Amino acid sequence: MLNRRTLMGSAAGLVALPQVSFAQGVGERRLVFIFLRGALDGLAAVPPVGDPGLQRLRSSLVPDGALPLDATFALHPGLAALLPWWQARELAIVPAVASPYRDRSHFDAQHLIETGGDRPRAAEDGFLNRALAELQQPQGQRLGLAVGSSVPTMLRGATPVASWEPQVLPPAEPGLIAMVARMYAADPLLSRTLAEGVRAATMAGDVLGETAGAGQQRGVAAVRQIAGAAGKLLAAQAGPRVATLDIDGWDTHTNQPNRLGLVLPLLAEAMVALKAELTPVWRQTMVVVLTEFGRTVRPNGTNGTDHGTGSVAFLAGGAVRGGRMLGDWPGLQDGQLFENRDVRPTVDLRAVLKTALAQQLGLSSASLDQRIFPGSAAVRPLQAVV
Amino acid sequence: MRDAVLAVERFGLGPKPGQVAKIGRDARGWLTTALSAPAPTLAGPDGGAKVLATMLRLANSDAEALARVGRAEARPIFVADVTVRMRAAVQSDTGVDERLVHFWSNHFTVSTTKRLIAPTVGAFEREAIRPHVFGRFADMLFAAVTHPAMLVYLDNFVSIGPDSLAGRRRGRALNENLGREVLELHTLGVSGGYTQSDVQGLAQILTGWGIRREEDGSPGATVFRDVTHQPGSKTLLGKTYGEGGEAELKAALSDLARHPSTARHIATKLTRHYVADQPPAAVVDRVARRFLETDGDLRQVMLTLAASPEVWATAWPKVKPPHDLVAAIMRMLDLGETALGRIPAVLQGFDQMTWSARSPAGWGDTAADWIAPEALMKRIEFGDQVARRVPVQDSRDLATRLFGEALAPATRFAVDHAESATASLALLLASPEVQRR
Repeated sequence: MLNRRTLMGSAAGLVALPQVSFAQGVGERRLVFIFLRGALDGLAAVPPVGDPGLQRLRSSLVPDGALPLDATFALHPGLAALLPWWQARELAIVPAVASPYRDRSHFDAQHLIETGGDRPRAAEDGFLNRALAELQQPQGQRLGLAVGSSVPTMLRGATPVASWEPQVLPPAEPGLIAMVARMYAADPLLSRTLAEGVRAATMAGDVLGETAGAGQQRGVAAVRQIAGAAGKLLAAQAGPRVATLDIDGWDTHTNQPNRLGLVLPLLAEAMVALKAELTPVWRQTMVVVLTEFGRTVRPNGTNGTDHGTGSVAFLAGGAVRGGRMLGDWPGLQDGQLFENRDVRPTVDLRAVLKTALAQQLGLSSASLDQRIFPGSAAVRPLQAVV
Repeated sequence: MRDAVLAVERFGLGPKPGQVAKIGRDARGWLTTALSAPAPTLAGPDGGAKVLATMLRLANSDAEALARVGRAEARPIFVADVTVRMRAAVQSDTGVDERLVHFWSNHFTVSTTKRLIAPTVGAFEREAIRPHVFGRFADMLFAAVTHPAMLVYLDNFVSIGPDSLAGRRRGRALNENLGREVLELHTLGVSGGYTQSDVQGLAQILTGWGIRREEDGSPGATVFRDVTHQPGSKTLLGKTYGEGGEAELKAALSDLARHPSTARHIATKLTRHYVADQPPAAVVDRVARRFLETDGDLRQVMLTLAASPEVWATAWPKVKPPHDLVAAIMRMLDLGETALGRIPAVLQGFDQMTWSARSPAGWGDTAADWIAPEALMKRIEFGDQVARRVPVQDSRDLATRLFGEALAPATRFAVDHAESATASLALLLASPEVQRR
């Protein structure tokens, strides 16, 4: 059966799928960012069970059945599916990481991380969009892909990107789309976005087929669907090379153990689904898992945690030399906490992001230090990650 | 004519057929009258508070029963509330009052991402927002912060003063979630000049505000409990509030409501909502000044905003979020009760289910939040599906009755030259005039 999305794209005359070589610097490499919005409690995800401060300060929040990683750290059982990754050295963990932001607003913290600045609201476009601008985007190809109903700030900006989400409505006829495109000619925002939409739909139709993306799912099924589609699109020959996806539900002010027990497996499922689709290029793939900040070391009054500072980041994939922790552990003893409440960060999140961008996109330190993360020359990439 | 279209689009929820001609030349007079209306009160389904109390009990004891009550009792109330709200948006004559309700409801976001509050989010808007959209900001602030939906959404109902009777007995402590969001999102704004110790000061003041249990009488209503209230004086923004029990909160919120940072924060959000994604500084200054002069009289604030020349200078600068796009289409086409029944599914499909924003910051209010490639395709596809189901008349005539001379030549051409009546309507629904405002 003819794919209606493909038909629509070509008949509308807006899209010509290119058969060109990939951008210099990217090659076959893939890079995925999973943003955990709401602030993941790093101490719960990767508890430092070898640190006596953990039991002393937060015994009610230490997960039962944590899986040992090394002498100090263990993995929350909700992430058990990632233990084989650690053992296969495909997972590295940064245990005490934070952006330069030291206040505790979710929204400012996310904005600062995503715009690559060193203070809130310094820029509006995303660091990842600026990173794509440094590459030669092949004519007609979109190297960036936002999975979800909107494009996250980190991918917003002048460089056009694709987006994908499960199809909920029957596609419009190609002739209608062509007329809409003509009607939008004097409206730069709508016409540009429509052209991107047709292009993305065509790409998705080609790669995912008519029904793979149909309908919205919920819970684990939704995560598998979304991450699986992202993996398929990234694996495609003329497809994107960089993708972003969000997982919500980390703002655990109350009843944290139960809530993390539900959402941590979603993260693991997403990563497993990505890997399954990216098998042919897994050795060239890196997945970065990040969050806006950590949470208080001590439980609050409701067996949850409030907004904190240091949290964890994950670097995963075949392109990562894993099976180890990256950066120092600051400790949870008296005097070691940040402001006597949070994990003290020892690694700047931009160092993690720079590592990923340098390795996977081949970006120079000049562009990373000046344009992608302005004023960050003092923040060096992590050594020997890959 | 252009000003009339601008007024109904920019301040309302889109024109009804013939409305623009009726407004005629005096668009500003029409808008002033619309902003002088009484509070847009609304009746909704009863019983949400009681269901909330039941769910709060089950949340700690019986997950299966909780899910059952959620499906059988909470969900129908929520769906009825979503439908009632959309009906009000469609039926409102001017749309101006309902648009304000949407704005303030989003400013004081409560969200069913915390499932427990699904039976009370509609009541929240009806009880805490609607009575005050033409009233005083301080009153809306107090009503919103102390509403059961907010107390549960931002966890205040379980926050306990560490030195209170209950705190000492159970060794429990504060939860600072609501205190932080009141400062950051509801009043001063994130750069409004507060510190972590102010967050804790307000969180202490907020202790004691909780929810009546099933056995308490008026289950699910707000209650102030001395046993969980942190005793002693508290400090907020350098001011000391002596121990005053439940009176502390009203005093603290009144002070926050008249703080210059709050005026600036609210003025910026209103200007972004009604004028442009990048709010012009002159309008923000003017609106903030009026907010301070009138002690947060929201009708006066809106009249000042509406009188700003910048408002009338540019046509179509903003994009309608999906909820308002759906409302506008229903207003245009006079879609009846059958269509209303499909509203919850439609909003879910657009990822903008009423009272279900992903975070307490609420829905984004710029084009970039809503016009992503896939999202725009979906908007066009939705219009196409509507056009296939609605037996329209003549879209060429409809376009004129909606937008008159303000209709862009490209839209006029598309609607006039479509290959069928269905395509003509689908194009009208996809047009910048309908998608933007």
